[in-house]
Amino acid sequence: MEKERHVLVIFPHPDDEAFGVSGTIATYIEMGVPVTYACLTLGEMGRNLGNPPFANRETLPMIRKKELQASADAMGLTDLRMMGLRDKTVEFEDDEKMVKLVTDLIEELNPSLMISFYPGLSVHPDHDATGRAVVEAIRRMADSERPKLYTIAFDNNTVEQIGHPDVHHDVSGVTERKLGAMNAHASQTVWMMEDMQKRLDAEDPDALRWLKTEHFYTYTF
Amino acid sequence: MELVQRDQLQSLIDSFAGKDVYIHLETTNGSYAAHFQEGFFNAGAFIRNIVVNYELGKVAGDSPHRIGLKLPSGWIYAQGITHYELDEHGRLLMAGLGPDGKLAVAFEISETPFTY
Repeated sequence: MEKERHVLVIFPHPDDEAFGVSGTIATYIEMGVPVTYACLTLGEMGRNLGNPPFANRETLPMIRKKELQASADAMGLTDLRMMGLRDKTVEFEDDEKMVKLVTDLIEELNPSLMISFYPGLSVHPDHDATGRAVVEAIRRMADSERPKLYTIAFDNNTVEQIGHPDVHHDVSGVTERKLGAMNAHASQTVWMMEDMQKRLDAEDPDALRWLKTEHFYTYTF
Repeated sequence: MELVQRDQLQSLIDSFAGKDVYIHLETTNGSYAAHFQEGFFNAGAFIRNIVVNYELGKVAGDSPHRIGLKLPSGWIYAQGITHYELDEHGRLLMAGLGPDGKLAVAFEISETPFTY
């Protein structure tokens, strides 16, 4: 991984950073690269409440806010921004307001690399809306000023449409931090992580690849 | 939240009747339904902090229950309600939770606005 001036990560939900980007974030931080994570919502509309329930619709955001902070701590991230939007409403916000939110962060932080979702191939409407705002904010910049943009895409048609990721990060030096970020989001990941831990213990090659490598699509303008 | 006790829920619903109350109503299959099951027709609806004043509210059916509110010129109802609580802010929170612990419907009534 190359050294960056500043990395700006923008996702809509607490836990969006955990599965496929937390190793990259933790690695940059260990390299001494400043990283900012702007999380647009608190995942207020999450469906996992348990049965019997551990939370209700009104208490879930407070739980997820604590989990987000714990995930940041696990990654070593100190600049965590909570942007105050509501889960599942991002695509209905004014498009210019969304672009401005991103532009303001870019102007403040002057990142050399940004990480977000690939618009149209990220399944959740909030993911696509976030990616659209990020792409549009960067597209409006002069060629020479633009940061690189690495994106996550996981729609079922992704490979058909844009092929395979072109950026591969070895994050094997920060596996404990990555697992820490995943486990921090317990309200969302506890079931997945029980299974994952078993696979890791059994040295399942796919699980080990997930733990030690992360993959991105470079967005081209 | 606890499993619905029908008589207790009925008296809580009665206690909000005839007052201006804020409503949260939501049905959902989750945003990933069609991702995990191709061809799934994903539908849902969401309103929050809409003020109504209902004259009659009823808990109907066996669990999962149906809840209906009769308004001066309209109706609100939800089906699939399994759990409820009166929270520390005096808000009546009802939810329908599947056996997998996932929320399928939420229906909430409060005399004060819910957060954003």
